[in-house]
Order: sequence, then structure tokens, then C-alpha cells
Amino acid sequence: VAAGLWRGKAWARALGGALRALGGSVRGLAAGPEMHFGFQTVTEEERRKKIYQVFESVAKKYDVMNDSMTLGIHRVWKDVLVHKMNPCPGTQLLDVAGGTGDIAFRFINYVRSVRERQLQRKLRHRQNLSWQEISESYQEDNSNSLGDSQVVVCDINREMLKVGKQKAQHLGYSEGLSWVLGNAEELPFDDDMFDVYTIAFGIRNVTRIDLALQEAYRVLKPGGRFLCLEFSHVSNPLLSRLYDLYSFQVIPVLGEVIAGDWNSYQYLVESIRRFPPQEEFKAMIEDVGFFKVDYQNLNSGIVAIHSGFKL
Amino acid sequence: AVLHPPGGSPAGRARLSQAEPRARDGRSEEQEEEEAETGARAGAGRLYPGHIPTSPLQKVLLAAGSAAVALCDPYRHDMVAVLGETTGCLALPNLRDKMKHHPEGYRILQERPRIRLSTLDMGRLRGLPDGSLGREYVRFLEDNKVSPDTRMPPKFVDDEELAYVIQRYREVHDLMHTLLGMPTNMLGEVVVKWFEAVQTGLPMCVLGAVFGPVRLSARKLQVLATELVPWAIRSGRNASCILNVYYEQRWEQPVESLREEIGIFPPP
Repeated sequence: VAAGLWRGKAWARALGGALRALGGSVRGLAAGPEMHFGFQTVTEEERRKKIYQVFESVAKKYDVMNDSMTLGIHRVWKDVLVHKMNPCPGTQLLDVAGGTGDIAFRFINYVRSVRERQLQRKLRHRQNLSWQEISESYQEDNSNSLGDSQVVVCDINREMLKVGKQKAQHLGYSEGLSWVLGNAEELPFDDDMFDVYTIAFGIRNVTRIDLALQEAYRVLKPGGRFLCLEFSHVSNPLLSRLYDLYSFQVIPVLGEVIAGDWNSYQYLVESIRRFPPQEEFKAMIEDVGFFKVDYQNLNSGIVAIHSGFKL
Repeated sequence: AVLHPPGGSPAGRARLSQAEPRARDGRSEEQEEEEAETGARAGAGRLYPGHIPTSPLQKVLLAAGSAAVALCDPYRHDMVAVLGETTGCLALPNLRDKMKHHPEGYRILQERPRIRLSTLDMGRLRGLPDGSLGREYVRFLEDNKVSPDTRMPPKFVDDEELAYVIQRYREVHDLMHTLLGMPTNMLGEVVVKWFEAVQTGLPMCVLGAVFGPVRLSARKLQVLATELVPWAIRSGRNASCILNVYYEQRWEQPVESLREEIGIFPPP
């Protein structure tokens, strides 16, 4: 019986594989092959729609929920990402699925402080210049506090972008920042445009991760860096059980009590379990053409930062 | 490997919400086929549309969280509803049994009427004589600018019949206001909560009755304590179960006659 079952599964797997290949090529025409939405099974079209609705519904409470679910630790994770990026003034950053702007604002702050130090050094150096040299320096435009750095925040969800723009206005970010509505699987940008591409807690929600990675490769300049901050796999068994207990028992309750939305947060914890673990995701990034692909675990693998270069 | 039992007992189905993480090689085609076999989560474990199965730990957390939020922000009606559902495990079966053993209540359980704008004939009710239940109910809705459609559907009740009982209780709430003659301001709501607490024994009503008054002024508190609450308690005790009345068949009945029949004393 077991042998028969195994053979049946092998046949079914082959069929599934063939269907998947077929489904991929007629993606535009049919509803698409079966995909996962958390632990549910849906078609590609349904998945995109459901995920859009999840973020539409959580947008206003997104930041509050992040703070409650991670007890504020997500701020540290995002700080680590930007420190790892170590941008210098002049860097062009594309932050995909950047919705409420957390990475973009940190990037701006970082570049601003680097720029300030640069200008301070220049000022100190300039103390002993001749009058001629000083008058020449007036003609240079050195007043740009960001040093021509730019961050483009791209998100597929209008509500998330709206919240992000409001936040930017409220916090006083305007220079060097732009907001674009776009799909990570099909970015509205030219080839070779950006120095750094980041996607923080977004790639898990993309329906075709391989396409998103291909697009990342395309829009990066040669020498550009790909950085992905995402929930990942915890290998420590005890921590893993505690993490699961917390995720499945507490997080949906928090979602219901704070945001009035159990289902979106149930989806969140399930989608984390569905995402490929560190090594597998590393392989996916390498497959697309990135070099020197590596990852760094944060908090024993609850979160991981994957990095790759377009060389 | 599949880690939860397909179908099986309600307890087994309810446990789907604590799903263990899949084995890591799970994103292959095998996993998706197995999932299709055991049934997508949307179908399995759901006893009625909108049902979210929860573990005991989740219910405790929900009860605590919703109580805290409802207290801090009384406009979060959804939290009051969640509190009612998660704490009603003793009171709801009690109510259901009271309904089962009463002829009119039994009929309600069988026929499952719903009070909604789409099912009510507002025009006809408005046309009824003054003092009749239908006319006064419509007047109440219009004066207080409320609608029966804003009641939350149950989510965390793990029994389909009890889910209907709590739904019925919510939809009948506005009729309670009408029969007790109480408006929808904070004072009126507290009085109705006292009445409902005595009638139903739902912990959410008791909590609302006890903690609701903290937001009232001293003068209102005095009126509440001296006149309204004693009256509400006396009426609640004297009256038969309010869920055993088939209101939809009594629109023409005068409010006073219905009050007498149920056993509610005239409002002060």
C-alpha cells in the first residue's frame, strides 16, 4: 500500500510540476496555478488580491502593531539593516514594499549624519585657506544636506503609501524622498538605476519571488547591492517552540484587540512559516545572478538579512 | 508530513488554529496537494461563516485584552462583543436551554429570525399606531440614529447554535432599549446593561454594568444608583427571559401590554 501511495505521489508530483510550468507560461490568461496564502491554498490571482486586502486593512495600524508584536525590536532590526548598508552621501536607494517608510527615513537620517560629519571636516580643513580659495568655494554648491542621496519608496499598496506620506510630512522628511506605486514583480524603473535595493518584510508577500529578485537585479547598477530583511527560520528547537507558541497564540489576539483584524495577523504568522529558510533563499538569490550572497541571522534566525551584489 | 488530523472531532478541528509549522521541505508540490486533501483552512474547523476557532489560551488572552481595551475606549464596540463571546461559555448554554424549554423560544431557535434592515418592513412599522412595539422601535432607531445592522457577527463562539443565541441577544438589544424606554447615551446604556446582566448572566453585561458608570458625572450617578438601577434589577428579576419573545410577530402589540406580559415594571 505504501509503495502504491508513493508511486501515486510521484505521479502527482510530476503532474503538478508540468501544470506549474504550464501555469507559469499562461499566467496572464488563466487564474494561475495553486499557491499558498498562509496555510490556505489559493490561485495566484486570489493570492495577490487577498494580500492587497490584508495590507489595505492593516495600513493605519501597521506601525502600532509592529511595535506591539515585536515589543519594539523591529526598530533595532531595521537599524541593523541600514548600518549594514552603510550608505554614503550620493547613494541612490530603492526601497521596495517600503510602505510606511521606516527604511527610507532611517536611510535619510544616516546619510544626513554622515554628510554633517563630512561638512564639518571640510569646514575644519578650510580654516587655513587663502581669501582666493575661500571665494572659489562659494561657487560650489555644498549646501545639500543629503549630498544628492535619493530614496525612492515603492509599494504596491496605495493605503500603505498614503500612511507613509503622512508620516513623512508629520516627521518633516521631504528632501531626497519620493513615493512610487509599483509592483515588485514588475518595477516601473529603467535598468541600472540604483546603488542599493532593499526590501524589508516585504518579499514574503510577493507572489512570484523569483520575478521580484530578477527585477531587483535589473534595476541595480553594476556594483549595486541587494539587501533583504525578512523573517526566517529558527533552528534552535526550544526557541523555535516558544516562538511558534507566541506567534500562533498571541499575535492574532493582538491583531484582534488592537487592529480589530484577527485574520490579517493569522495570515502574517502563517506566511512567515511558509517562507524559504536562509540557505534556500540564498540559493534563489544566487540563481538570479547575484554574487557574494550571504546572510546574517538576527535573534537566532527569527529575522535574517540576506545580501548580494550585482557584479 | 501532515501534522494535523483531517476533519475529526470539533476539538481536533478547533486545534487547527494552533497549527504546528510545516516541515521545511513543505513548499514542494507534495505539500500543496496534501493541503488540498485535508481541506483549506477556510473550510475546515469553521462552524459558521465568520467563525474563528480559538484555543483556550487564545480565549483567555482575548478576554483580558478586549476587557482592557473596552474599558479604555468605550467606542470599541467590537471589543465589547469579543468580551461577550469569550466569557459567555457558561451563560450562553444556560440561555439556550431557557429558550429550548419555552414554546416561543424553541420556535425562535428553529426558525432563526434575524432583525436587519433588509428583513424589516420599515414603512409598515412606521405606519403602525403610536404606542405599538413596531412604531416605538422605529422611533427609537430614528431618534438615536442607530441601525440594527451595526451588530457584530459572532466570531469566537465554538458552537453554531450558541453563536445564534448571542447574535439574537445582540439584535434584541435595541428592542430592550425600546421596552425600557432608555436612550443610547452612556446612562441609558448602563441601565440596559444592568437589566441584561440580571436577565442573561453574561459576564460581559455584568462588567459593563459595574464599570460603565465610571464615566458618568456625579449627578447622573446619583439618579442611576437611587432610581434606575434598582428598577432595572427588579424588572430583570421579575421578567421572563427576554430571548423567549418572538418580537417579529408582535409589532402590532402595544408596548405597555408587552411590558406587562414579560414582567417589566414601568420606567421611572
